Amino acid sequence: MVITLNLGALRRTRWHEYLTRFVLGGIVTAVTGWLASRYGPVLGGLFLAFPAIFPASATLLEKHERAKKRKAGIASTIRGRLAAALDARGAVMGALGGMAFGAVVWRILPQSSLSAALVLALVSWLAISSLLWYVRKHHPWKRPARSKPATR
Amino acid sequence: MGQLIIRFLVGGAIVSAFALLGDALHPKGFAGLFAAAPSVALATISLTAASEGRGYAALEARSMIAGEVALVAYAVACTYYLGVRHTKSAPTAVLLLGLWGAVAAAIYAVALS
Repeated sequence: MVITLNLGALRRTRWHEYLTRFVLGGIVTAVTGWLASRYGPVLGGLFLAFPAIFPASATLLEKHERAKKRKAGIASTIRGRLAAALDARGAVMGALGGMAFGAVVWRILPQSSLSAALVLALVSWLAISSLLWYVRKHHPWKRPARSKPATR
Repeated sequence: MGQLIIRFLVGGAIVSAFALLGDALHPKGFAGLFAAAPSVALATISLTAASEGRGYAALEARSMIAGEVALVAYAVACTYYLGVRHTKSAPTAVLLLGLWGAVAAAIYAVALS
C-alpha cells in the first residue's frame, strides 16, 4: 500500500469548512491555556488530547462521501458513515502515538531545548502511529476476505 | 487577553495544517492518524514553554498521556457506533465527547490529583 498526497482532494473542502476547523482549533488551544493558568498544568494538560476537530472532520467526511456517491447515482447514506468510522479507527492509532508524544516531551523537555524535544516527540508520534497502522493493515493473522460463492 | 489571542491564532493555524494534511493523504485509513495528531499539544507546549518554562510545559505533557488514553476510548467508541451501528457522524462524534470527559476525569481523580 503506497501512501500518496492528493492535493486535488483539498478542492472538495469549502472555505467555510476550513474556517470552522481553524476556529475550533483556536478555541480549544486558547481554552486549554486558560484552564492551565486557572487550575494548573496537571488539569490543563489533559486538554492537550481533546478531540478538537474530530467531530467537524467526521461530519465533513460523511458529507463529502455522500455527495460523491450521489453524483455517481448511488443513494446510500451508510458509505459516508463507514468513511467516518475508518477515520475514527485511524484516530485510535494516532492517539496511541500521541501517548508517545506526551511521554517524550515529559521526559526530554526539562533537559533539552524546546525544538529538539518537539521534533523528537513528533517523530515518535508519527513512527508509532504509522507502525500500528501498518501492522493493523498487513498483520499475518488477518482473516481472508470473504469471496462470493461461485455461480454456475 | 493578548496571550489568549496568540494561542487562538497559533492553535488554529497548527490544527488547520494537520487537518489539511489529513484531507490530502491517501489511503483514508492512514489519513485518520491525523485526526488525532498532537496539534493542540504542539501549539500549547511551544507557547507555554516560552512563557512559563520548560518544567511547567513538561507537567502538561505528562497529563496529556492521560488525555490520550481518553482519546483512545473516544475513538474506539466512534469506530463502533459509526462503523457497526451506522449512526450519524455529527451527533455521534459530539455526544461521545462526554465519554472523553468521563475517562479523562476518572484518570485525573485516580492518578493525577
